[in-house]
Amino acid sequence: MDKIIELRHISKSFDGETVLDDISLDIHDNEFITLLGPSGCGKTTTLRMIGGFEHPDQGDVIFMGKRINDEPPHKRHVNTVFQKYALFPHLNVFENVAFPLREKKVPKAEIKEKVDKMLSLVMLSNFAKRRVTSLSGGQQQRVAIARALVSNPKVLLLDEPLGALDLKLRKDMQVELKKIQKSTGITFIFVTHDQEEALSMSDTIVVMSEGKIQQIGTPTDIYNEPVNAFVADFIGESNIIDGVMLEDFKVKFAGHTFDCLDKGFAPSEPVDVVVRPEDVDIVNAADAELYGDVTSVTFLGVHYEIIVDIAGFKWMIQTTDFVSEGEHIGIKLDPDAIHIMKKSKYSGMFGDYSTFSEEMDELANAGGEQQEC
Amino acid sequence: MLKKLLKKSSGSGRAALAPYTLWAVLFIVIPMLFIAYYAFTDNNFNFTTENITRFFTSVSSLRNEDGTVTEVHTYLLIFLRSLKLAVLSTIICLLIGYPMAYRIAHASKRAQKIMMTLIMIPMWMNFLIRTYAWMTILQDAGVLNRLLSAAGLPSIHIIGTEGAVLIGMVYDYLPYMILPIYSVMVKMDLSLLEAARDLGCGSLSVLRRVIFPLSLPGVISGITMVLIPSISTFYISQKLGNGKFFLIGDAIEGQYVANNLHFAAAMAFILMVILLFFMALVKYSTSRYLYGGEAK
Repeated sequence: MDKIIELRHISKSFDGETVLDDISLDIHDNEFITLLGPSGCGKTTTLRMIGGFEHPDQGDVIFMGKRINDEPPHKRHVNTVFQKYALFPHLNVFENVAFPLREKKVPKAEIKEKVDKMLSLVMLSNFAKRRVTSLSGGQQQRVAIARALVSNPKVLLLDEPLGALDLKLRKDMQVELKKIQKSTGITFIFVTHDQEEALSMSDTIVVMSEGKIQQIGTPTDIYNEPVNAFVADFIGESNIIDGVMLEDFKVKFAGHTFDCLDKGFAPSEPVDVVVRPEDVDIVNAADAELYGDVTSVTFLGVHYEIIVDIAGFKWMIQTTDFVSEGEHIGIKLDPDAIHIMKKSKYSGMFGDYSTFSEEMDELANAGGEQQEC
Repeated sequence: MLKKLLKKSSGSGRAALAPYTLWAVLFIVIPMLFIAYYAFTDNNFNFTTENITRFFTSVSSLRNEDGTVTEVHTYLLIFLRSLKLAVLSTIICLLIGYPMAYRIAHASKRAQKIMMTLIMIPMWMNFLIRTYAWMTILQDAGVLNRLLSAAGLPSIHIIGTEGAVLIGMVYDYLPYMILPIYSVMVKMDLSLLEAARDLGCGSLSVLRRVIFPLSLPGVISGITMVLIPSISTFYISQKLGNGKFFLIGDAIEGQYVANNLHFAAAMAFILMVILLFFMALVKYSTSRYLYGGEAK
């Protein structure tokens, strides 16, 4: 795959506040890449830089081998689907989609043909003459996508495009976007704070925090092999426990030694141990090395979410087995359930379920997220 | 229409509307009825259409420069002259006001405040004082000509010309053009402008294809707010035009001062009808550009 966009050591600050701190990223042709992170992590700024709406203080934006730092937005071969769609209220659906073609003075017949094709791609053929203000959120979203795709850009930028839609519609649009990306072969750069969305749609996920890239990888890599506590916590649920790597494949935490699949650490190196809630097996307390009392049980439809207090650390377990609150249970961890990470500045900040308050903060921030990110 | 409004609103809404309703009836509806009543009656308050027909048929003779005499319809001529000056001043206000409103709306919050205050300050001063100020500036021995001669340039004669009247009108009514356009522009969703740039528009194209159509509601109310007072203005033309440009406002004032109330009312009535017709036309012809029920 060819590199279509390269970001080289990009830094940016607004009013003395660093928003992007030495970001480098390669984006390949035909890729569905997602910039994922909480609000204020710099993901939207990164996107706007590719679109031409922000300029890096340092570093270069390279498009197909050419430096485009100073190229204005209307000269770039990228189009954007904006967070709140940004449809032109004075034009109907057809004219909104035709907007970029009219700018290029495309012949009338060709405009009609292209717009009709786009409208049928987003399943809005019968809406051509409608006012955009009379459409539902989902329909406006489709118009925005059609308008951004009609001039056949090399890259499509999507800035939290599904944020304003309700859950059901969002799921449908995720599938549709993925389908459109595959059928058109256009590179999609997608910005979201929703990790599930990122996992289900992306070829590559770029996890960002505080203006830095934390990890780049496929969804499975990111989920199974998070590089630090931030990534482990942000992508899915995680129990993150302090541990010590005794030797290759042997880690000690919670007062016991466990077999694991990780190696390459210094002897007795302190580490963060990640255990995903769905990888924890519930066993008889008598047969287990780790045991404790269940403090809460929440039914979530597909599974139960159980919090169990083991020697003061609250573990989250996701299971289809029912246990009741107050029950004394043991847990078993297989070697492949344990993932070891190097200590980072995020160590100790995440992964203990004794309090949800930090999680709540995170959610509240994500909900109120606007363009500052 | 007021009744309809009242019927639709709830009990508490009606109570809240009461002061406005009272105001509207006392100071808008009743005076208008009086104007109509006076327009269609003679001095003994008997019904007549004479005042109206007088406006359209009254004739006077104008002596041309070569000594020949032309017969003209007095009030129609005055009306057309007023219309011409009003349309010209509206166009000039739009040409100056639109870019200014655009500049202000896209400045920083602080600069916006300062610029808006600067535009408002002259409006705090009395209209007569402002007009007198222009007299002293534009006079043959006024500020302008002294500046010109200080700069070694020939002095110009401008007081008493149409140009002077236009300057006065534009100066007085410009804020009424800027304010509504500014208030539409400052509310405009900036992501729409970014979207336009993203979709291939250079700055001029963004202005032509997005900003201008979206600012039309402001432009229309600006035109309304400038055209109407400038078509009926009377003082500016007397002071800055040296009385040579008799406008419809001057005619109404003159008849009123001469205690000819019925004919003054008839002229006011005709002017009102013509303006209403004109505004309805503007509104109708631009309605397809006004979108989404956001603008009226």
